[in-house]
Amino acid sequence: MSTEITIANVTRSFNGHTVLDDVNLTVHEGELLALLGPSGSGKTTLLRLIAGLDQPDSGSIAIGGVEATQAHPAARGVGFVFQHYALFRHMNVFENIAFPLRIRKTPKSEVSVKVAELLKLIQLETLAGRYPAQLSGGQRQRVALARALASAPRVLLLDEPFGALDAVVRRDLRRWLRQLHEEMHITTIFVTHDQEEAFDLADRIVIMNGGKICQQGSPIDIYQHPADVFVHEFLGESNHLTGYAAGGIVFADAGFPIAETATAADGPVEIYVRPHHVLLRPRSNGNGGWVISRIAATGAQARISVSNGNTTLEASMTVDALLASGLTDHAPVDVLFTGGTVFSSEIRQPLKLQALKPRLAV
Amino acid sequence: MAGKVALIVTALTFMALFLLLPLIIVFTQALSAGFEAYFSSIADPNVQSAIWMTLIIAAITVPANLIFGICASWCIGRFAFPGRNLLITLIDLPFSISPVIAGLLEVLLFGLNGLLGAWLSNHNIQIIFALPGMVLATIFVTFPFVAREVIPLVQEQGNEEEEAAVTLGASFWQIFWRVSLPKIRWGLLYGVLLCNARAMGEFGAVSVVSGKVFGETDTLSLAVESLYGSYEIQAAFAVASLLALLALVTLVAKAAVEFLLRDELSAVKRKRTA
Repeated sequence: MSTEITIANVTRSFNGHTVLDDVNLTVHEGELLALLGPSGSGKTTLLRLIAGLDQPDSGSIAIGGVEATQAHPAARGVGFVFQHYALFRHMNVFENIAFPLRIRKTPKSEVSVKVAELLKLIQLETLAGRYPAQLSGGQRQRVALARALASAPRVLLLDEPFGALDAVVRRDLRRWLRQLHEEMHITTIFVTHDQEEAFDLADRIVIMNGGKICQQGSPIDIYQHPADVFVHEFLGESNHLTGYAAGGIVFADAGFPIAETATAADGPVEIYVRPHHVLLRPRSNGNGGWVISRIAATGAQARISVSNGNTTLEASMTVDALLASGLTDHAPVDVLFTGGTVFSSEIRQPLKLQALKPRLAV
Repeated sequence: MAGKVALIVTALTFMALFLLLPLIIVFTQALSAGFEAYFSSIADPNVQSAIWMTLIIAAITVPANLIFGICASWCIGRFAFPGRNLLITLIDLPFSISPVIAGLLEVLLFGLNGLLGAWLSNHNIQIIFALPGMVLATIFVTFPFVAREVIPLVQEQGNEEEEAAVTLGASFWQIFWRVSLPKIRWGLLYGVLLCNARAMGEFGAVSVVSGKVFGETDTLSLAVESLYGSYEIQAAFAVASLLALLALVTLVAKAAVEFLLRDELSAVKRKRTA
């Protein structure tokens, strides 16, 4: 049976505040999809609507081609993992996982076989008798997942699945979930505000803001071609410069040309350059007056701030590359941009750039 | 260190003076004329009737307030509705009103000259000076015990577990019996124990509505007073010792349940401090 989820024109508001505004989305069968956005962007509300824990004011939701907008959660075949796990505190691990089987009146022998299977899957065979309060966060999360899987869902929904865990546990669980998905191929949607998590885990990312979907696509596609200023800024740090386009060339207000553009109409622009697209070289022919103002090595990567007195840019390179280049504090440098995104200030949409040539920021 | 010792000594002295000493006096007085006299005063038909009355009242009051407490905590804890705060305040009313006044209110309502008195006597229904009145008075007085224990618990726990149960395919009643009720069972148990103790020991409200017909509308606590009033000191203390025993049984029952379920309980406590 298909498990494609179709969300059409879904709107939901609470107390006059619109949380989801005419959302359309198709989730493909067997896909691992991330709903990514800042808090208040409506991503959790969308997840709850799919689960049937809440109903949209208008619009429709279909699961596997069957209209499910008003269907009872139990009839949808979805498994939901809550941010704070929502384990039954008065039941031990075994009973928690057995719950969906018991309420379906599954024969006792079958219950113990199934639960044992799931306990093995989450690698918690030895803790079957523990109560939720006696488990670590990561263990609770896995129990919650096993419990959701016990009801044999067609669709798995995870609300901020790793939100309450520390960094190392989070990374391990992420890998484990990815592996699990590759084995089981259950259509999975997870909500997160952590872009690294979304990029690491998802086949496809849907970015939400203010109750709308801003962009959807593969991680690489979204990162390389952000649809608007919000997406670009949300996906990570960048240098923001204002400038203008004139005669097919984009200039920064500081006066230096950035890129050539084929289609841009003349006018003011916003220029975003990620730190790894800022290339530094010992000064040879440039006269931009750039000087290194600070070097901070954070593990394998180094962050370098350069300043020309008016503007400060953040650059990043590997520590190895930094050492090889011989650049040090206060060294005069030339700055080149090897990539970047230019948005028209008026429509806040990206300009089509002709193959962005490295240009000296002189 | 000295301060700690002083605090412990003060607390223990207080306990001994106000709890242990009266308890000892009750039992020594009750047994002052020997075991035979003790048992014969308990075997007295009037006292036997008082025991039955007390048990019947508790057997009606406690389940009634249990059901009310579950319903009240369910709607107050889960839903926002107009009148919610008023309901919370009203639940506390019996705490702030003297039980005697509660009894008087009932007389004014159901008594012969009361608001509903004429209608009730026309239909041959007797409430005042009979069991129904005493039950009503006791329910009123013990009204807040279960609800007050459970409402904060429900509010603190939220309803994520119920939502999880819904997504796992559970029906309303499955959720109620397997998730919601077990979640609050500790609060319920404490509430029921307190409610029961109060229902059996209630004096003021019941004394107003009972009419104190010895051997008919007497409860244990009323019997203690009437026996004491008629200078049957030993008998009064014998009956009082029954009430004291009841209190001890309640304590032991509570401790036993806690002991039997210590693993789960400690898990719950740890979660609270975490």
